[in-house]
Amino acid sequence: MYVSPIREPLIKGSKDYGQVTKDILSPMAGKPSKYWYMGITLSGTAALFGAWATFVTVYYGIGTWGLNKTIGWAWDITNFVWWVGIGHAGTFISAILLLFRQKWRTSINRSAEAMTLMAIAMAGFFPLIHMGRLLLGFFIFPYPNTRALWVNFNSPLLWDVFAITTYLLVSLIFWYVGLIPDLGTVRDKATGKIKKAIYGFLSFGWTGSVRQWTRHETVSLILAGLAAPLVFSVHTIVSFDFATSVIPGWHTTIFPPYFVSGAVFSGFAMVLTLLIVARKALNLEEYITIGHIENMNKVIIITGSIVGIAYITEFFIAWYSGVEYEMYTFVNRATGPYAWAYWIMMTCNVITPQLFWIKKIRTNVVATFIISIFVNIGMWFERFVIVVTSLHRDYLPSSWSMYKPTFVEVALFVGTLGIFFTLFLLFIRVFPVIAIAEVKSVLKSAGENKKELHHE
Amino acid sequence: MNKYITAYYNDEEDLLKGLREILKKGVKVADVLSPFPVHGLDTVLGLRRSRLTRVAFWGGAVGAILGFGFQAWVFTKAYPLNFGGKPFFAVPAFIPVTFEMAVLFAAFSMVFAYLIHNNLGPGSRNVIHDERITDDRFLFVVPIEDEQQAGAIEETLKAAGALGITLKTKE
Repeated sequence: MYVSPIREPLIKGSKDYGQVTKDILSPMAGKPSKYWYMGITLSGTAALFGAWATFVTVYYGIGTWGLNKTIGWAWDITNFVWWVGIGHAGTFISAILLLFRQKWRTSINRSAEAMTLMAIAMAGFFPLIHMGRLLLGFFIFPYPNTRALWVNFNSPLLWDVFAITTYLLVSLIFWYVGLIPDLGTVRDKATGKIKKAIYGFLSFGWTGSVRQWTRHETVSLILAGLAAPLVFSVHTIVSFDFATSVIPGWHTTIFPPYFVSGAVFSGFAMVLTLLIVARKALNLEEYITIGHIENMNKVIIITGSIVGIAYITEFFIAWYSGVEYEMYTFVNRATGPYAWAYWIMMTCNVITPQLFWIKKIRTNVVATFIISIFVNIGMWFERFVIVVTSLHRDYLPSSWSMYKPTFVEVALFVGTLGIFFTLFLLFIRVFPVIAIAEVKSVLKSAGENKKELHHE
Repeated sequence: MNKYITAYYNDEEDLLKGLREILKKGVKVADVLSPFPVHGLDTVLGLRRSRLTRVAFWGGAVGAILGFGFQAWVFTKAYPLNFGGKPFFAVPAFIPVTFEMAVLFAAFSMVFAYLIHNNLGPGSRNVIHDERITDDRFLFVVPIEDEQQAGAIEETLKAAGALGITLKTKE
């Protein structure tokens, strides 16, 4: 087998297959560490805080939020778009990098996909709670009803319903199909009777037969082929929510590509934030190496630069179009009452990620962690800027207004963060964080010991 | 076929080499169990390409037709609504939902076909020949049609370097 002499090994340390199984399953064994308990207490508290805010919103109504007649969408839609965007990195890693045969994806795809699922679930919560009546959420689906009414298929908001639902379901089966062989490993390694029975049930009776594997590979490839255009369609449709309206600052054709690259950008940042902590805490530094972090940082540079170009293009086109309202919106973004949000966005998304051009910074774990947090913040503010600054001063100056989030709104966001991190902490205890079988299949060509063998 | 032999290798390259040797001697191999997909194994065993791709295609086609047809029916027959004088049969507006339905149906039909075909599912009771095949062993199963030949087959396997050769009876 040809092994490139220049490429860094993807998996460090001389390992055989048995060692890989042991290493990756080790975070699931034994009692969780003190930090895990601290983490879950913190995130659990945040989740409860969110539950309280949900109760308040449903009980008293949307009036507990800071929305007004001018600004009907604000904090909640910002969060919705932010969460959906974060989800995109998981699909990007598992689907698009699979189609491009990028072997480095094998160490990070499992946790990134899990993150996708949790992020989409968090995203879906915001439009539902915005309806004010969570229990009537099913109204958005076309079902035969006594009013003989159907939903509006001409509306991007409805397309969103279909896009997000499909995205959640397809991501879920993609993730689970990939998980089945590894659950088989967990089942076979489990010692307790109850644990064995549970994983035996979850692993669907996986035997590792050659026929199962060939079909597994076909299914993974086709699912990747389906998920790749799906991920583009999802954020494209999310951007249609804005782009098909006539609000200055929203009504632009640049939105779909701009939103998709922004989504991948923020998603990779969240993957980095989570994995930099996880690899340290779970002793998986030999699997998620500096090489992986560097690769992800390169994706951040490219998508961050696309986002930066998009900001500048938007600004230019606003001026070039000659549309008064459009021009005013953009000048208002940069100099108006919400200029601080705009400049946080510009700094965090356009300036700080450019530091990754320096190799020392993009291979430094601490620097990467800090910049990834900056990107998360920056991308949240991007959505805030798009949603709120465009709405708060539009065509009619007499209805100009300002928006301030209430405590309840902030609590809802903190709550979703809490649920997200709680789910992630549970995930690392219950499922293998790295795709064991996939890592084994690249061990020969990309493991360190094999490299030595080939180049002695 | 009541009796069968299982044997294993510790490395996929040994497995491929060994299996070629064994198959050349006329011994049938019913199944190979491995911790990860071994590339080239399907050609050695002469397996056909999976036809699950077709399931995905037809599933997607059904999804697309259903999705498009339903929207068209709702907006032209069931409840035509006038949105600012726009056409009722608005094809471009139907595309996103049609696409999502196609993807949804393709993915689900293929995954269900995959699970059924592989005999996988909650509560499925497949035989687990060796608990280490999901860890680091590459096991293969040789069916015994004639018990007289069992000894000869074992010899062949041993000659090909297979380990842990055991004769088992099907339950």
